[in-house]
Amino acid sequence: MTSLTRHRPHRGSRAFLPWLAMPALVVFVGFAVIPLVGVFALSFTTWDGIGAIHPTGFTSWRTVLTDPGLPHALGVTFLVMTVSWAFQTPLSILLGTLLAGRQRYRAVLGVVYFVPLMLSSAAIAIAYKALLDPNFGLGAGLRIPVLSQDWLGRPGLAFGVVVFIVSWQFVPFHSLIYQGGVQQIPKSLYEAAQMDGAGRIRQFFSITLPQLRYTIITSSTLMVVGSLTFFDLIFVLTEGGPGDATRVLALDMYKRGFQASLMGPASAIAVILVLVGLALALLLRRLGGRDAGASQLEGA
Amino acid sequence: MALSRRTLLGLAAGVPLSAALAACGSSGPGRDGGATYWYLSGQPQEGARAGAVDTFNKAHPQGRIKDTTFQNDAYKTKIKTAIGAGQAPTIIWGWGGGTLRTYVEAGQVEDLTSWFGEHSEVRKGLFPSSFGAATVDGRIYAMPCEVVQPIILYYNRRVFDQVGVKPPQSWGDVMALVPRFNAKGIAPFSLGGQSRWTSMMWLEFLFDRIGGPEVFQAIMEGEKNAWSHPDAIAALTKLQELVKADGFVKGFSSITADSNADQALLYRGKAAMMLHGAWSYGIQQADGGDFVPSGGLGYMNFPPVDGGKGDPGNTVGNPAQYLSISSKAGAEEKRTAKEFFASGVLQEDETKRWIDNGSVPIRLGTEKLLATSKNADFLQFTYDLASEAEVFGQSWDQALRPAAAETLLSNIAKLFQLSVSPQQFASALNAATAK
Repeated sequence: MTSLTRHRPHRGSRAFLPWLAMPALVVFVGFAVIPLVGVFALSFTTWDGIGAIHPTGFTSWRTVLTDPGLPHALGVTFLVMTVSWAFQTPLSILLGTLLAGRQRYRAVLGVVYFVPLMLSSAAIAIAYKALLDPNFGLGAGLRIPVLSQDWLGRPGLAFGVVVFIVSWQFVPFHSLIYQGGVQQIPKSLYEAAQMDGAGRIRQFFSITLPQLRYTIITSSTLMVVGSLTFFDLIFVLTEGGPGDATRVLALDMYKRGFQASLMGPASAIAVILVLVGLALALLLRRLGGRDAGASQLEGA
Repeated sequence: MALSRRTLLGLAAGVPLSAALAACGSSGPGRDGGATYWYLSGQPQEGARAGAVDTFNKAHPQGRIKDTTFQNDAYKTKIKTAIGAGQAPTIIWGWGGGTLRTYVEAGQVEDLTSWFGEHSEVRKGLFPSSFGAATVDGRIYAMPCEVVQPIILYYNRRVFDQVGVKPPQSWGDVMALVPRFNAKGIAPFSLGGQSRWTSMMWLEFLFDRIGGPEVFQAIMEGEKNAWSHPDAIAALTKLQELVKADGFVKGFSSITADSNADQALLYRGKAAMMLHGAWSYGIQQADGGDFVPSGGLGYMNFPPVDGGKGDPGNTVGNPAQYLSISSKAGAEEKRTAKEFFASGVLQEDETKRWIDNGSVPIRLGTEKLLATSKNADFLQFTYDLASEAEVFGQSWDQALRPAAAETLLSNIAKLFQLSVSPQQFASALNAATAK
């Protein structure tokens, strides 16, 4: 099989190949690696963002690590991560499976359904904020008392609202990933199952879900690592409030750095964010088995 | 050279084009002759600011000012980042106080002391009280501008008539009014609590009325445990009593001041009273339909607290707004900026615009203009309040350094949520402001 499909590339074109990676590499080094090194260096300094930068050793790290705000922000971040993951994943799988079918109207439904994905987070936050306003919002306008809660003013409710909006915004994206995943599953598996007399639900749990294993890992990695950087939506919606109920790590970093002018501690938090993100991504890759890149199709 | 003819033609065609582009870019005089100036957007204030720049530019074709506007909260971050990155505008608009101090300590703004010495007529033409927040360690680093903005207790006269009650004369009256309004389904006080500085104004007054200005002065001076002063604790406790009695509109923690929803609650009669800056008058006049013209809006100074030590004539707020000059700007740009200070700021036209907006400019000798304005009553009230106050305290978040101000604001939100006790609030703040 292999000997038939492989054709020997020219020496010249092989030497050319690495150069194709150059633009991506330049951008990556310029916008990710260099700033990362800068942030790491800044975390050992005291700087108000305006004056001179003074190296102060571990002062910033000590401030950050002894501040009760850090475990709180980490806790909120992980809670947003897990709750929104647990909410989004089943929903996305179901919707993805539904949209992968070839019945009528599904393409149309699919398009309508992707609208939230096309809106900017700031616009979504502003719109929801107006809708949820306890005095001039949807509940007050339609005179439905259940809807006119103090949505963004109570810690528990505000947290729920953030998770809901995040899910509303990103479920379409993950549904798209699952739709692609489901469409990759060979028809023959379903045909065989049908012959053996498996019903739709049985087929879903015995064929679709196991076959989606790697898709689930990909989508979960995106969700988990992505939720570490939730900032724009929460910043516009609640500014981390009420109190610090929705103050996630990324927001904590911004507030310390740009509102309180404490660049050192903010950089330390940025480093923590990077480490947590890397650790989570590696962990998820482990969960997916050694060779997550391997084939997941027939005979895999 | 096969391409020479084409290249030459291209060059020939290109020259006038690039010359034209260059002319567009610098619009007239050389680039370093013009100064840049950033300030806040949002009408009606933006109109007055832009008008002053236009007038100045017409009179000074040789050294023009290029202005750019930003939203309030966005500006606070943007200006700090820009200054830190060496990209500051020539003229830096601000609130003076603690933030100005950080600019000064970093050597980012010009010392204007000697300039004010040479231009004493400029200095003498402005409210003397406006220079306090422009002064750091005895030197002047900013030109006071625009208007004086004390915090005022506004109330809806129609709602008061409807319920049959009178505006509060003391803190006891305030607490007695709360159940009366709540019984009618009207919120006693409107509050845009998500913005936090709105809630802070309550503490500024309660601290002053109960303990006098000395309590916050001690905080500013970095005294240890200054927030645990018995009068401070009493003020924090009184505030939480008001929250517990449902003194503030339902859902106040979800309301932002930037959306003006808190103002709407007052002029629509959903709330009876609101503590807000003097600029609120202009907003209610613009948005409230016939609310202001028909005399629906009442205003007064914050009432005294029974047994309190503070002078009930004291007020808090913004004594003025401030313009500094970036020390990194070129000599030409600095000259233009100073020219703008001397002959562009608070000139007749701008002064009139501010008065029409319902604000009191910090220029002396405007009594006649104020008296003939359609907002004469309110302007006279503001003028008297600002000029007769024994102490005009600067807004805390502007007076404190940025790091302490941020701690203050996030703890104020928790205090209003009742999620921290007065003692917990005090100890969190003691750690942030003590030297």
